[in-house]
Amino acid sequence: MGIPAFDYLRPSSLADARKAYEASGEARYIAGGQTLLPVMKQRLAQPASLIDLGGIAGLSGVRLEGHTLTIGAMTRHADVAASPDVRRLIPALAHLASLIGDPQVRNRGTMGGSLANNDPSADYPAAVLGLGATILTDSRSISADDFFDGLFTTTLEEGEIIRAISFPVPERAAYEKFAHPASRFALAGVMVSKSAAGVRVAATGAGQAGVFRVVEMESALGKDFSAKAIEGIKLAADDMIADIHAPAAYRAQLVSVLARRAVAAIA
Amino acid sequence: MPQITLTVNGTRHSLDVPANALLVDVLRDTLSLTGTHIGCDTSQCGACTVHMDGRSAKSCTVLAVQADGTSITTIEGLQKGAELHPMQEAFRKHHGLQCGFCTPGMIMAAVALVADKPDIEEAAVRHGLEGNLCRCTGYQNIVAAVLDGARTMHAAGTTGG
Repeated sequence: MGIPAFDYLRPSSLADARKAYEASGEARYIAGGQTLLPVMKQRLAQPASLIDLGGIAGLSGVRLEGHTLTIGAMTRHADVAASPDVRRLIPALAHLASLIGDPQVRNRGTMGGSLANNDPSADYPAAVLGLGATILTDSRSISADDFFDGLFTTTLEEGEIIRAISFPVPERAAYEKFAHPASRFALAGVMVSKSAAGVRVAATGAGQAGVFRVVEMESALGKDFSAKAIEGIKLAADDMIADIHAPAAYRAQLVSVLARRAVAAIA
Repeated sequence: MPQITLTVNGTRHSLDVPANALLVDVLRDTLSLTGTHIGCDTSQCGACTVHMDGRSAKSCTVLAVQADGTSITTIEGLQKGAELHPMQEAFRKHHGLQCGFCTPGMIMAAVALVADKPDIEEAAVRHGLEGNLCRCTGYQNIVAAVLDGARTMHAAGTTGG
């Protein structure tokens, strides 16, 4: 299939990466490339320049500071899944990472790349929104609630680079996913977390506008954290994705079932 | 043209590669290591699986320039002289292949999968091979081979690759 030619740049700092982006007419950043390279093969993206973030030191790894786990944007899914700190403090996040794609994809794909892409069926958006994380970029902090902005769209500005993601450690959290058997993307996936700040429920794979919070479930669970408390809550099928793999009503039902399973796992 | 350094199966190469060259193309076309296959070329089938610094990766979905400075192992790098790697031997013994097209990728994925798991169980093998497709539907013997290969690799002290 091949990829059309482009200029390749490998800056060694975030500032240089930003400069390279601004100097180029039509640039894209590449992190792990597990989405971008297939997309370029299909000619759905044809950047004039590719700016590789792989040469910038300090963008990988997991750091624990107080009650916050900060994960570098270039940290591979496999390393999130295997991190002793993530497994101990937010096992739901390690579990979610272990379900992304397949081992080869998890060895290359990165958290920052996945979030910047904001695929409506990706797993990490549910983790970030469901755990109330903060996106740290080269110029500012963006709360999860202000970050996702529709299909494949975020509030990142032109050229802005995700540096790390900070996850507050919840009291409890669980992620339940119904994976498409071939692509392993989520037909639906639900992250539920409970912490002093409250209960959060975030669903991916299902919503027409990408990841979303299920506010009605959150308030019910805030009063009674049990699967029974959300039994009667149905989601409107109008807002759900419908495609050859699953109709909208099926996805709405999946979100309800997965949310109950997630709650039951930690109630 | 960007210049990269790749250590492939223990041999260091300095190469001028086009920025848009895929790692698999450099392995096959420049270094003539055609044991690494291109199946789907869309990151799904895993026939192109190699190890980058010991971890499995789909070489059709890595730019050669992204692999600069890494150590790559391909299927050709597993065998020691005339002696097959224990995982290769297990695939032979259990007939873990039919047409053989997926086999190099299956073996590279399997070696990486079991490297630190001598006692891996069947369910973990099946989950761990999700990135590799066999169109002959020969999974039963592949799984048997990987389970046996894991045991013999660790008994022989080979983490190899």
